[in-house]
Amino acid sequence: MKVTCDINVHHLTRVEGHGNIKIRIKKGEVEEAYWEVVETPRFFEALLVNKKWDNAPYICGRICGICSIGHTLASIRAVENGFGIIPTEQTGKLRLLLKHMETLQSHILHLYFLAAPDFLSTGSVLPLIKTHPEVVQRALRLKMLANDVCDIVGGRRMHPTRTVVGGFTMLPEKAELIKICRRLENSAPDLMETAELFSSLDIPDFIRETEFVSLKGVDNYPFIGGDLLSTDGVEMEEQEYRMMSNEYCVARSTSKWSKLSRESFAVGALARCNNNFEFLHPLAKEAAGKLGFSPVNHNPYMNNMAQLIECIHVVMDSITLIEDLLGNGRQEPRQAVHPQKGVGVGAVEVPRGILYHSYEFDGEGRIQKADCVIPTSQNNANIHYDIKALAAQCAEAGKSDHEIEKLAEMLVRAYDPCISCSVH
Amino acid sequence: MSEDLVYLGVPLKRPKVAFFELTSCEGCQLQIVNNEATLLDFLSLVEVVNFREAMSERSDDYDIAFVEGSVTRADEVKRLQTIRKNAKMVIALGSCACFGGVNQLRNRFQDQAWVKREVYGDFPIDTEDEVRPLSAVVDIDLEIYGCPIRKEEVEKIVTNLILGKAIDHPKYPVCMECKANENICLFDLGEPCLGPVTRGGCDAWCPNSRMGCWGCRGPAEVANVAQIRKIMRQYGFSEEILLDRLECFGGFTAHIKEFRHC
Ligand code: SF4
Ligand code: SF4
Ligand code: SF4
Repeated sequence: MKVTCDINVHHLTRVEGHGNIKIRIKKGEVEEAYWEVVETPRFFEALLVNKKWDNAPYICGRICGICSIGHTLASIRAVENGFGIIPTEQTGKLRLLLKHMETLQSHILHLYFLAAPDFLSTGSVLPLIKTHPEVVQRALRLKMLANDVCDIVGGRRMHPTRTVVGGFTMLPEKAELIKICRRLENSAPDLMETAELFSSLDIPDFIRETEFVSLKGVDNYPFIGGDLLSTDGVEMEEQEYRMMSNEYCVARSTSKWSKLSRESFAVGALARCNNNFEFLHPLAKEAAGKLGFSPVNHNPYMNNMAQLIECIHVVMDSITLIEDLLGNGRQEPRQAVHPQKGVGVGAVEVPRGILYHSYEFDGEGRIQKADCVIPTSQNNANIHYDIKALAAQCAEAGKSDHEIEKLAEMLVRAYDPCISCSVH
Repeated sequence: MSEDLVYLGVPLKRPKVAFFELTSCEGCQLQIVNNEATLLDFLSLVEVVNFREAMSERSDDYDIAFVEGSVTRADEVKRLQTIRKNAKMVIALGSCACFGGVNQLRNRFQDQAWVKREVYGDFPIDTEDEVRPLSAVVDIDLEIYGCPIRKEEVEKIVTNLILGKAIDHPKYPVCMECKANENICLFDLGEPCLGPVTRGGCDAWCPNSRMGCWGCRGPAEVANVAQIRKIMRQYGFSEEILLDRLECFGGFTAHIKEFRHC
């Protein structure tokens, strides 16, 4: 039987923000298949114009509720690079710890609350509270741990209050660090059971060869700053990010699109694992084996597995970071800021991929021009071409319209898109 | 989840609750699931029938609608009016919904065509010329302030609604809570702070972390803006620093107009 279907998903659920999926197949021929972003823009780049430098991280954190820490840190890095400030070792470690816990919080939220219901065939996590209480409790425990660490280090789990240009307004107490270190160590069984659960799920079989973009690791799995890398062999410096992201406007999308060597590329956990696998913690690599992941993997649904691998990595690395912080003694939390004329760029790997902030300052540190390039906006074109390819594959395989709709929804969700962020 | 809810032996009706977002960062909604320790208790108090960020089921039958975000496009005006029609009670969730939030910072530009060009170049983009709070479009029954909101406050408000208790917001400023927490005043540490004029209820969230208040909850009942201007000047902070904070979330728009005239 030749497939004929007309799929319209309006305001896709269990993703952040507003997007639509459209697939129309007639007698086995794909007539139309696209990904549409209808989110309302907030014009952050314009909001910043004529604002002093200290407004930037404060306002830009509000680009996104889920990755507010990532935006705050990218914004701070852009300001610091503009003013020639080099963060102290203590600040660097605390920021990375905070970043790690946002990654954990966001990935766990996505894996358990947004993605898992598809695999367990429910509409949301709510029925699972009854049917799989231990699964929900485990998810909440891991999320709570991550959020508690964000409170202790960043002052607040969302829109952090201690992160400022120059460092931190105050430091976590030593006793608190010891306590969270212990809790991180004790989270290992929860992480392993999470890996166990996800390795039992059926990941849809779909491959589309893709270019992956991320920071380039030197001796560590990279999250904050450094050079940029793509699987097609492109390498650039942080401040050349515009040539890496090449944003352009398209119809049917209030989010911009990006391209590099091909018509689209992907960023995110899968891109990071593909590009920097060698730098993952040994336990994360071991889990990768169990989850059927090896680089370079071109199945976008495997982004779920890459997120899980990263959860293990960031927990293990956080333990090391806290041990270092405790061993090093306390330094001044904050250094002085001297504004200067020029441009500053900050690249940070946030949960959904590489994020860039760039500001042009006048001599008093007032922003003249701002630019923010968001992971999901870099992914939107790739999501679109994936949907097209998926529709063609489904048409050929003679899938039912119900199956096609579910696979398409799961595909978009696998990217864990942050749509309001991508439009900003 | 349909077991009856009982309080002091009296059965209570579990309200059907829906969450919606207009133009926002979705952070206030996320705060609802961000309090893992009490999330399951909270979910047992209400019946969630609509929460696009977390669930696939949708329904138009709800008692309480929590609406996050500000109004920035014609389709949002329509959505909000529909929500108003369907819900017995509409609650503005967070500062974007209450005052426009950070989004309304673009209202400070006369030339909205420039705002569009700055971000999208010549590419046409559909948006209204002014960012508005919900109350500019429909009647609102209750406002919950903050960027982000405090989950504890939402839980308390929902519990009180179910019990039929009155809901009142603190009238005093953030400073009261800050002093009760025995913080060193930030002005003495060389940092500006809007605590003296901002509505309390956040337990001095930011000053507790040595970050000055930016006024996200809007003005306290008695907000003496001339006074804060004097304090800022006295501690050597410029008018620009004061204005940056006052205009950040949209709660002080009327006050800013007032002192631009004097
Ligand atoms: S009030 Fe703040 S946290 Fe809430 S939606 Fe608006 S920007 Fe996000
Ligand atoms: S730090 Fe701010 S809130 Fe606290 S007492 Fe001083 S002015 Fe008031
Ligand atoms: S201290 Fe001020 S800015 Fe911070 S949460 Fe309270 S009202 Fe908002």
